Amino acid sequence: MPPAVEVIDVARRFGTVQALAGVDLTVAEGEFFGLLGPNGAGKTTLISILAGLTRADRGTARILGHDVVTDFRVARRSLGVVPQELVFDPFFSVRETLEFQAGYFGLRRQGAWIDEILHHLDLTGKANANMRSLSGGMKRRVLVGQALVHKPPVIVLDEPTAGVDVELRQSLWRFIRKLNRDGHTIILTTHYLEEAEALCGRIAMLKDGRVVALDSTHNLLSRFAGLTCRVASEQMPAAWEARIVRREGANFYVGLANYAELETLLAALRADGIAIDELALEETDLEQVFLRIMKGAEAA
Amino acid sequence: MKAEVAGHGWVTLLYKELLRFWKVSFQTVAAPILTALLYLLIFSHVLEGRVSVYDGRVSYTAFLVPGLVMMSVLQNAFANSSSSLIQSKITGNLIFVLLPPLSATDLFAAYVLGAMVRGIVVGAGVFAVTPLFAPSLLAMPHPFWALAFALAGSAILAMLGLLAGIWADKFDQLAAFQNFIIVPLTFLSGVFYSIHSLPPFWQALSHFNPFFYMIDGFRYGFFGVSDVAPGVSLGIVAAAAGVLAALTLTLLARGWKLRA
Repeated sequence: MPPAVEVIDVARRFGTVQALAGVDLTVAEGEFFGLLGPNGAGKTTLISILAGLTRADRGTARILGHDVVTDFRVARRSLGVVPQELVFDPFFSVRETLEFQAGYFGLRRQGAWIDEILHHLDLTGKANANMRSLSGGMKRRVLVGQALVHKPPVIVLDEPTAGVDVELRQSLWRFIRKLNRDGHTIILTTHYLEEAEALCGRIAMLKDGRVVALDSTHNLLSRFAGLTCRVASEQMPAAWEARIVRREGANFYVGLANYAELETLLAALRADGIAIDELALEETDLEQVFLRIMKGAEAA
Repeated sequence: MKAEVAGHGWVTLLYKELLRFWKVSFQTVAAPILTALLYLLIFSHVLEGRVSVYDGRVSYTAFLVPGLVMMSVLQNAFANSSSSLIQSKITGNLIFVLLPPLSATDLFAAYVLGAMVRGIVVGAGVFAVTPLFAPSLLAMPHPFWALAFALAGSAILAMLGLLAGIWADKFDQLAAFQNFIIVPLTFLSGVFYSIHSLPPFWQALSHFNPFFYMIDGFRYGFFGVSDVAPGVSLGIVAAAAGVLAALTLTLLARGWKLRA
């Protein structure tokens, strides 16, 4: 059984920018896979190469064993993509938009499936409304519907919840989870790291066009198991500078291996005569892991 | 969860292209018909009886009608494919036809046929009302010649529209292509005059304008008279269509300015 997505040494340069610098990645069938990284990391370029929107300078990309260039018809039929940009055709209604998208894939008479998609995306009441009349969140849902209308086994969601309200986000994830349970492979890029932590079984982190971490979500969290201590103060002891994960104004976020280290930190602050305005502890989450990995990649 | 594959994607894209212009038919069909009729009213009123065409065998108004019909066919075929593509590129919804497994030939067939239909529909609309001005035109001696030139001409302009839409990154560039290339070639092709009424230099120059052969050949279908033998004109028009088709298909296959 070929993997759902296989990326081998894929590289792509745009002018002076090396968007992808030799990415290797394999996503098994049925996975809920996260693709994370800061802006400009190469996530959208990688998705565009999988979708045939961009051509790689070198390397190979396959969807369910089908090369995205030489066997593009089967590869594209196997892939559904929710693009990041909120795009739509202002000439048509929601139903027409979905019918056309199914038709482009050679599928006719998809009325029942389109009705089901509209129901799950809470768009039944807007089926005959012109795309222009929809709110941003509704347009985003139509994009999801367009990606699903040809029943692709592999679905890529590029920032699908950007600008979407909480209620809609929850209903969208319920639907995507259902598709994953039904056997669809899901690849997700998002800036909402708590979403990735809750949904993805495995995660790849990209930075400057390279994969800097690739592991199960559980392993990534375990690798950086521990605590993050938020200290609001004017400065930090010099010996603890290297342990600062990030700084937001007067707040220093310091990584701790365990509770015992908290006492050591407090002792260092007392020894240097630094006053603490506020202090809070939190378990390490994916956001902390992400920041530490990105910081590590920067240092490397 | 497999859906049955029935039919070809390009047929849906063609249907979408037709529906796109039909939904705004006041702008895409009615308006160009009205414009052509205004040309007909003004030019026939001013020039009828003052201009001799084909040695006086054809009235100026009757001569003008096929030219205006063909001009409408050509300009609207160009407008359809070019505006559809540039709008999709600029608004970003072109992604909806780039993600599916549509080949370069599929995209070519849908955009070109869609544009040809709009050109022919507008041309037919202009022709439908012109018997009020020149009833003799209904007795066409060679309707199939006229049809052949209408189809070939609309295909050529549809391809030029597709090329302009692929090339242009903004509406300004597309307008430049239309106003500085398409409109002059159309107006200087003999829509409003027979090239025999021109000085020798301009007559000779007109033979380098492929639009001249489309209009002249189309007129042959109405009068059985033309400046150039219709077979020669059709050969030149077909050759131009072949070159443009090869160029357009090559650019679509490479994804030039469409896929990064």
